[in-house]
Amino acid sequence: MTDTVVATPDPAERAPPDGALTLAGRSIGDLIYRGLTTVFAVAIPVLLAFITFEVVAAAWPALRQFGFGFLTSSTWDAVRGQFGAAPMIYGTVVSSILALILAAPLALGVAIFLSEFSPRWLRQPLSFLVDLLAAIPSVVYGLWGMFVLLPILRESVMPFLRDTLGLGRTPFFSGPAYGNSMLAAAVILAIMILPYISAVSREVLMAVPRSQREAALAMGATKWEMIRDAVIPYARSGILGGVILGLGRALGETMAVTMLIGNRHEISPSLFAPGYTLASVIANEFAEATTVLHTSALMACGAVLLVVTLVVNAIARWLVWSVAREPKS
Amino acid sequence: MRFLAIALSTVTVLGTACSGRDSGTGDSATSTAGVDLNGAGATFPYPIYSKWFSDYAAATGVKINYQSIGSGGGIRQFSEGIVDFGASDGPMSDDELTRTRHGAVLHFPTVLGAVVMTYNLGAVNTPLRLSGDVISDIYMKKITKWNDSRIAALNPSVSLPATDIIVVHRSDGSGTTYVFTDYLNSASASWTVAAGGPGRGKEVNWPVGLGGQGNEGVAGQVKQTPGSIGYVELAYAKQNQLPIALIRNKAGEFVEPNIASITAAAAGVLLPSDTDYRVSIVNGPGAGGYPISSFTWLLVYKTPPDAAKAKKLVDFMRWMYTAGQQSAAALDYAPLPGDLAQRLTTRLSEISLPQTP
Repeated sequence: MTDTVVATPDPAERAPPDGALTLAGRSIGDLIYRGLTTVFAVAIPVLLAFITFEVVAAAWPALRQFGFGFLTSSTWDAVRGQFGAAPMIYGTVVSSILALILAAPLALGVAIFLSEFSPRWLRQPLSFLVDLLAAIPSVVYGLWGMFVLLPILRESVMPFLRDTLGLGRTPFFSGPAYGNSMLAAAVILAIMILPYISAVSREVLMAVPRSQREAALAMGATKWEMIRDAVIPYARSGILGGVILGLGRALGETMAVTMLIGNRHEISPSLFAPGYTLASVIANEFAEATTVLHTSALMACGAVLLVVTLVVNAIARWLVWSVAREPKS
Repeated sequence: MRFLAIALSTVTVLGTACSGRDSGTGDSATSTAGVDLNGAGATFPYPIYSKWFSDYAAATGVKINYQSIGSGGGIRQFSEGIVDFGASDGPMSDDELTRTRHGAVLHFPTVLGAVVMTYNLGAVNTPLRLSGDVISDIYMKKITKWNDSRIAALNPSVSLPATDIIVVHRSDGSGTTYVFTDYLNSASASWTVAAGGPGRGKEVNWPVGLGGQGNEGVAGQVKQTPGSIGYVELAYAKQNQLPIALIRNKAGEFVEPNIASITAAAAGVLLPSDTDYRVSIVNGPGAGGYPISSFTWLLVYKTPPDAAKAKKLVDFMRWMYTAGQQSAAALDYAPLPGDLAQRLTTRLSEISLPQTP
């Protein structure tokens, strides 16, 4: 994001200092260092390929038996050996996207306040508190959700949305309010990914050069116009990067979601209805799965989660790319 | 020379890291050398097992390491010969028994546990009375209101609300679910797979309800949701003072789950002399027996590969069937009936100890 390009000469081209060990005119130390970092860099894709291979190999019996039906069937019956992951795929994607819709504007608001409006003495402690949200363990979020969030949702928020606002007439907010629901999972996920999005956005906004702001103000822009027209467009791709980071976290989050989503193998349009996610079903059933088919169906869920994450990330990256390419206003 | 110095320091750091790891494994090797037996499996009996193992270590110096990774994992590790004994809340299936590393497996019941029905009916103070077919129909969505005539018939003195029943079940695979569905399978014809019902298992396809994670997930959900019903382990319900329903047994009595009624359930089951102890005692005929009761088992090879370890394991199990049984009740596990513990002690001789070379 920095505009300044510091011209650093390539160290390899620089003559090694007198007395250093050399090989073909290059410092041996440099060669070792270069070799080591290359090994580290290659290790990541190799590891990813290895994990993918292992997961798919373990999932193979289920994938072979159910084929494409594994993705479209809603039946999950360990007793009869029938497995279909459609409700989990739906639940994973919907809960994560919903969490983004809730968290992104909030996180952006926090970031804008911290970078543009906050007095200096408040900026540090407030940033620290927001970042602290990321340090809370998932299971603690789950417990808090069970004992604090669920009763609030069940007794206040859900009846308010359904009856007071009359949204119960739409299929999205209908049905009985148990508490455990897609909505509860999305809300807890939103809180969990908020610090990631806001921390990245804050740093990106603070990195916007002063000259950009001053230029907008010099044109007679109000503070709001300056932020909207000069600061945010400049930081756009960085903010989207933060959102992607949050999305990745939401897709794979397991414990807190498992404790709040209701764990029901069913696709329902209502956000009040319980659902399921791919990560949750693995966490729930892996320890006690004894048949080969059951274990392999759970591994297949892992493989599907890998693919879903890749696809969603690819789409998000494409979004960033196309936004970043647009000429800045 | 700076690059060489950096390279050297890198080597030194790596060297220290390696030697650090070496000394780490050295330490753990000495600590595992102190452990005589390794076991893995069921989480449900973990509190009593860990008490037994620590009491036994104090009395004899024999250290037993037990990992409560779940019955499924326990069966897997035991079958692969990774651990010396396994533990499970459900017996191994015939199919599983054919795929073991060291041959024939013996099931040894250790203690008894029970699954209880807990509910949230705010104003109702007298314990609710339920029967197997009513619970089954609640969990199959055939009974949906608390004031349903069939629930009312069992509870003539209770004024039941006209509200929806909110069904809660375990979402994680568990021995508790196995015992509960095993009971429904036995008590209600429509629950069976043959009749198109969910059948029995550690994880079934529930026709209705919310899934709670663990005993605490189910109990938390029931506590918070008016009109809900769920099932948890007896020890958990007692320690958290949840309302507990009386269940009608085969003899027609409404029985409260407690140590005595659970032991009575096991005493009522007549085991043939050649039993392999892979028996379910749910819905048993015994008078005064609580019907949703079950054994939990230790899994042992009939011809263990390691003679010294096998001897230690047999000695421990002999202790478990005598002194060990007495400490069960304090942790809300029901001890085995006296004559059964005796029979099982005799059965320990079936474990053949290979000749030491």
